[in-house]
Amino acid sequence: MNLHETDDSNEPWDLVLEPKNKWYSLRLSELLRFKDLLFLFVRRDFVSVYKQTILGPVWFFIQPIITAITFSIIFGTLAEISTDGVPHILFYMCGITLWNYFSDTLLKTSDTFTANANIFGKVYFPRLIMPLSVVISNLVKLGIQLLLFIIVWIYYYAKGENIHPNSTLILVPFLILLMGILGLAFGIIISSMTTKYRDLKFLISFGVQLLMYGSPIVFPISMVSASYPQLKILLLANPITSIIEAFKYAFLGVGVFNWYYLLYSLAFTIVLFFIGIIVFNKVEKSFTDTV
Amino acid sequence: MSKVVLKVNNVSKQYRLGQLGTGTISHDLNRWWHLVRGKEDPYLKVGDVNDRTTKGSSEYVWSLKNINFDVYQGDVIGIIGKNGAGKSTLLKILSQVTSPTTGKVKIRGRIAALLEVGTGFHPELTGRENIYLNGAILGMTKPEIKSKFDEIVSFSGVEKYIDTPVKRYSSGMMVRLGFAVAAHLEPEILIVDEVLAVGDAEFQKKCMGKIQNVAGEGRTVLFVSHNMQAMQTICKRGILLKNGQIEDDTDISTCIKKYNGLFTESVIGEISIKDRLSRANSNGNILFTGIQAMNGDRRSWDFRYDEEITIKVECEVRDKCDGMSFYMALLDPLSTDIITNFKTIIKKETPVIGSKIHFDVKIPARTLRVGQFLLYFAIGDKESRKWYDVVDNNINLPALNITSVDMDPHYNIGLFSLPFKIEIND
Repeated sequence: MNLHETDDSNEPWDLVLEPKNKWYSLRLSELLRFKDLLFLFVRRDFVSVYKQTILGPVWFFIQPIITAITFSIIFGTLAEISTDGVPHILFYMCGITLWNYFSDTLLKTSDTFTANANIFGKVYFPRLIMPLSVVISNLVKLGIQLLLFIIVWIYYYAKGENIHPNSTLILVPFLILLMGILGLAFGIIISSMTTKYRDLKFLISFGVQLLMYGSPIVFPISMVSASYPQLKILLLANPITSIIEAFKYAFLGVGVFNWYYLLYSLAFTIVLFFIGIIVFNKVEKSFTDTV
Repeated sequence: MSKVVLKVNNVSKQYRLGQLGTGTISHDLNRWWHLVRGKEDPYLKVGDVNDRTTKGSSEYVWSLKNINFDVYQGDVIGIIGKNGAGKSTLLKILSQVTSPTTGKVKIRGRIAALLEVGTGFHPELTGRENIYLNGAILGMTKPEIKSKFDEIVSFSGVEKYIDTPVKRYSSGMMVRLGFAVAAHLEPEILIVDEVLAVGDAEFQKKCMGKIQNVAGEGRTVLFVSHNMQAMQTICKRGILLKNGQIEDDTDISTCIKKYNGLFTESVIGEISIKDRLSRANSNGNILFTGIQAMNGDRRSWDFRYDEEITIKVECEVRDKCDGMSFYMALLDPLSTDIITNFKTIIKKETPVIGSKIHFDVKIPARTLRVGQFLLYFAIGDKESRKWYDVVDNNINLPALNITSVDMDPHYNIGLFSLPFKIEIND
């Protein structure tokens, strides 16, 4: 039974499904169409995490404070690691605040495919929405923690401690953006690679922990260049180093601020992000078959 | 007005059987090596036709193979096929959940797929929050959801609990809410999978009504269900899939009949039946090895209503079993509802392993009325607590076809006649 003989429409096709995506295609227009979903996911992350807790969002404050106190006891008091003359709590909080944004983003985006296999297997929306929502909800969390940091920072500043905020403060939003994209890039690469072979999954959580010690969070870069100059190169090869250092420099006036180092981090981030997009694009098409 | 809104062009989908593991990487490396040398993927050439009942020789299987069809605006299509025929794979490709291995699908207009209701519901969020979330997942924008919010809530019938986290909902309420959101999607092409098999009868009716409305508005619907009655009422066109290939693409009634084996040749050789019954990977202790309907010496599946029907059954005892009972049912070919059934004990003692057991089922003349009856057989232990073998739809036995030459319409209506008795007391 052929009800219709021919296709007499000349309208173009709205969508063509093929075995493979174009490797470079980001399909931004599609992402834009689903922007409501992006923000609903961000909202969901927030509302759901602290439901049925007594303290609710106060937990956002408690985490960095307890970590900073622990660090200042272990690294500051017991190990006597220098903080370049900055009060311990402030020095650690500065590093932790930005580092947490990176590590939270990375860890949570790194299981995009496996954690959402169920929903991805039933309905289509641009898969990139998921990791992007993580970046944004962590950004909100960072905002809250940054507020806390600034309160502590004002307290010490008023006390007349050895703190020298400077004009590089205007770079802070850029540094945060860089950290976010870097975390996202690492995260989506890992999540793409773990759909078929799960081996990498075991590496992530302790890899991130190791990376923290490979970044100047609990120690200043000045300490490394003074006692182990050969390690400095290694430390600087880590794209996070210059971002954290610039961040510390902006607020506290200690640490290394170097345009070239920052440029390196920027280039690293951009390249990694594009690799991430390409890999993600390739995998998202048919990961449901292998996950 | 014959605009093609969906064009499926030579679509195939290959799956790898078994587990993914260390063996996969060697295939991946081999594939990559071929690609580097500019050669074709070697694994695309292999692969069995997807027939679940026989164990294939290849690790790869074509879940869909060379599927071609056009969907015109306003078409309401039912996709029919047995389990494993490729229906779900086809829907997954159309809804972009997975991509075809080869081939292309072209789409005009917005497409929305309903493979599950309540996808992405978060248990901690309230009904209200989940409506927004689920709506957005299905592709609606926030203003769209907002404008339909009240309608959705009243359709779902859970007004009272709308500000309660959905983890407190009963599973029925979840489904209602999920379907309510989906029902208010307004895509040009709607794809619906077996989602109607949930909820109570009243709600199912509501869902069917909604789908019919969508179809009535001139929108395009692709519908998969095992409920042939629903298919019959909603769809006009049918696509029958078999082992990953299109068996037929025609009007829905023909498809349903064909699906139920009604258009199979009326005289089917014993060998053909034996072939259908031989299931290599079956491991029941007793297996059906032969089933044949007879009238006297005449082998057939077509009978006049005034003929006695004898169904000869042959079973083989493969392993130790605790006695033997037999169950049989006649089903309505459209709805697969049971019309009548029957159960009896064939053997109380343990049958000899390796022996064949033969028995006849007799259906007296003038009991079955004009129509088609699907057969369903099962064999179990003497208490019928355990079933060793089942012959259902998937085996594709021909249906009993009862005809009549009687002009008296009273003998042609109804499904069957009970052995009524009359006692005259004057």
